[in-house]
Amino acid sequence: MSRLRIALVGAPNSGKSTLFNGLTGGRAKVANYSGVTVETRTGWLQTPGGTEIDLIDLPGIYGLKARSTDERIAIDLLCNGRDGEAAPDGMLVLIDAAHLRTHLHTVLQMRAIGRPMIVVLNMIDLAERDGLKIDVERLQTELGVPVVTSRATRATGRAELLACLDAETANWQTRSAAEDGTVCTTDTDLSAMQREARGIADKAILFEPVMNRLTRQVDNFVLHPIAGPLILSALLFFMFQAVYSWSGPFMDALEAGAAGLGQLAGQLLPAGWFHDLIVDGIIAGVGSVVVFLPQIVILFLFILALEASGYMARAAVLMDELMLRVGLNGRAFIPLLSSFACAIPGIMSARTIDNERDRLTTIMVAPLMTCSARLPVYTLIIGAFIPPDTVGLFNLQGIVMFGLYLTGVVSAVTVAFVLKRTVTKGSNQVLIMELPTYKLPNPRDFFLSLWGHVAAFLKRAGTIILTTSIILWFLASYPSSAATLRDSYAGMIGSVLEKLLAPIGFNLEIAIALVPGMAAREVAVGALGTVYAIQGGEENVEGLASALQGAWSLPTALAFLAWYVFAPQCFATLATTRRETNSWAWTGFMFTYLIVLAYIAAGATFHIASWAGL
Amino acid sequence: MTLDQLEKGRICRVTGFASGHEDLVIKLREIGFAESDEVELMHRGPLGAQPLCFRLNRTLIALRSDEARAIQVDAAQ
Repeated sequence: MSRLRIALVGAPNSGKSTLFNGLTGGRAKVANYSGVTVETRTGWLQTPGGTEIDLIDLPGIYGLKARSTDERIAIDLLCNGRDGEAAPDGMLVLIDAAHLRTHLHTVLQMRAIGRPMIVVLNMIDLAERDGLKIDVERLQTELGVPVVTSRATRATGRAELLACLDAETANWQTRSAAEDGTVCTTDTDLSAMQREARGIADKAILFEPVMNRLTRQVDNFVLHPIAGPLILSALLFFMFQAVYSWSGPFMDALEAGAAGLGQLAGQLLPAGWFHDLIVDGIIAGVGSVVVFLPQIVILFLFILALEASGYMARAAVLMDELMLRVGLNGRAFIPLLSSFACAIPGIMSARTIDNERDRLTTIMVAPLMTCSARLPVYTLIIGAFIPPDTVGLFNLQGIVMFGLYLTGVVSAVTVAFVLKRTVTKGSNQVLIMELPTYKLPNPRDFFLSLWGHVAAFLKRAGTIILTTSIILWFLASYPSSAATLRDSYAGMIGSVLEKLLAPIGFNLEIAIALVPGMAAREVAVGALGTVYAIQGGEENVEGLASALQGAWSLPTALAFLAWYVFAPQCFATLATTRRETNSWAWTGFMFTYLIVLAYIAAGATFHIASWAGL
Repeated sequence: MTLDQLEKGRICRVTGFASGHEDLVIKLREIGFAESDEVELMHRGPLGAQPLCFRLNRTLIALRSDEARAIQVDAAQ
C-alpha cells in the first residue's frame, strides 16, 4: 500500500513548521511572520502503530479565497493537487489555541473540502498559561471531527496527536489524481461560516482573558510612535556592528588555520604543479572565502532571531508608512530584510505580496540589499584599507560597513520610487497583517534553520568556489612560458576587460577576478586570493589583505567597494528572478540597470577619491 | 462609525462591513474580523500615523486607515 499523504494546513504562525520539524525531523524553514513557508516541503514519518505518512508542509492560509501567490499554491495543492500529483489524502488542520475564536472559521472552511481531517489545537500550553480555558471535548462534538491538543514546549505534547493519527488513518484511503478536479469548492459563504464558528467558540471557550500580557507590554515600547522607530534603527545598527566586531577572533583563528594548512601542505608536497594547485589554487582560493563563516553565522543568528521571536512583523508595521511613500508596502519589508542574508529567499518570499506590481518592484530592488555574500568582499577591503580607529563610540571600519549597507538601502528606495512612477505604476495593495504573540524561538527549529544557511554557504565554497579556484589557477599559471600574470591565459582574457574597467580605476588583477566573480560575489575574493598567491610566490605569507595593500591605491579599493554595492554578480539570483517573474525581459532589466549603476558608482568613487587626494 | 475613528483604549464591537469593497471585505473576514467581535485600538504607527494596530478578540492585527474604514463598529461601550 502506498503511503498516506497528509497536508499540514493552518493560518500563518499557527506553528506548522515547528510541528513539521518535530514530526518528521526534517528541515523546513521556521519563522514567526506571515507567509514564511513559500514553498511546500514534504517529510516522512511513521506513527507508533506503523502507518507511514508523507507530511506536506503548506504555506499559511486563513481560508480558501486565494490572494497572494503562496496562498494560491497552498489552496490549489489542497483542492486539486499540483504538477500531476494527487491532492492530499487527508489534512492536519492546525489552529493556535490562543487565537481560537478569531481563527476557528478556517477549520470550518477546511471541513467544507470534505476530506478526512484531524484538528490540532496547537500550543495549548501557552494559551493555558495566559489563562485561556477550552473545553476540548465540546469543541470536538460541535465540530464533528477529531480534535487533539499539542504542546509547543515538549516533544511529549505530540503523543496524543500520534495516537490519534494511528486511530484515524486506519480508515483514510489513498487517492489517485483521477479523483480530483471537482472535489473542492472555494465558493463558501464566509459570513455564515464565521457565524457558525463564533457559535462554536462561545460554547467551547470557558474563559478568555483579554490578551497575552507580555506581548502587550513589550509592544507598548516596540510599537511606540516615537520609541518604536528608534528601537528598530538601534537594533539594525547594533546588528551590523556585531557582525563586524564579534566575528574578529573567530576569523583570525580560521585565517591562521588556513595559513597553517597552506604551509603544512607546502612542506609535505614535493615542488611542482600539484603543489602549486593545492597551495595557490585550492587553499588560497577556498580558504579566503571560508574565513568569513563567522560573519555569516552572526548575521543569520540575528535575522533568524528577529523572525522567530515575532519582531519582524512589528518591523514591517514600523516601516509601512515609509515604504508607502516610496511606493511599496510594509509587507515588502520582510522580503527586503531577508535579502540582507541572501536575495534568493528574499525574492521568493515576495510571493506573499498579492499585488503583482508591488511584487515585481520588490524583486527588482532585492539585490540592492547587501547580502551575506558581499560580506567577504567588504570585510577584506575594509580590513586592508580602512584603519581600525575609534570615532566616538564606534569603530571606523564598522561605520564604513554601515555606510555600504545604507547606500544599498537608499539606492533600493530610490530605484523603487522611480519604478513605481514609471514601469510598475498601479494602485497600492492593502496592509492587513497579523502580529504574532512574542515567543522564545524553539532551539531545535532555530539551529536547524541556522545550519541550513551555514551548510549552503559551505556547499558553495566546496563546489563553485573550489571549481573556479582550480580553473583560475590553471588559467593564471599557464602557459608555463608566461613570466608575468599578463602573459598567462587569464591575463589575456583580463586585459580585454581591463580596457573597459581602467576608467573606473580597476587593474588587471581585478578584471581577472571579476570574470569568475560573475558566478557569485564571494568568488571574487577567492579569485583574488588565487591570483595574488600565484603572483606573490613564497613571500606572500602575510595573506591576501597585505598583498592588496601593496598592490591597490585607496581610490581603487573604494571604487571596488562601490562596484560591489550594485553589481549583479550572482547567477543564482538571476535564475531565481527569471523563475519568479517568468520573464527574460525583467531579468535582463535587473542585470542591466545594476551593472550600469555599478559602473557609474565605481567610476564616480574612483575619480572623487583621486581628486580629493586620498 | 467606522474602525479608523476609534480612539485608543475604547473597546467596541464590529457591526458590519462597507458595501462595494467585496475583495477587501473577504480579506478582512479571512483574517478574522466578523460581526459582534470585540475590537480595541492598541497602537498607532510612527509619529501617531498609520498603520493602526487593533486587538481583535485576543489577536493583534495591523491595518491602514483605508482598510479600517471598511469596518463598521458601534460606539456604544
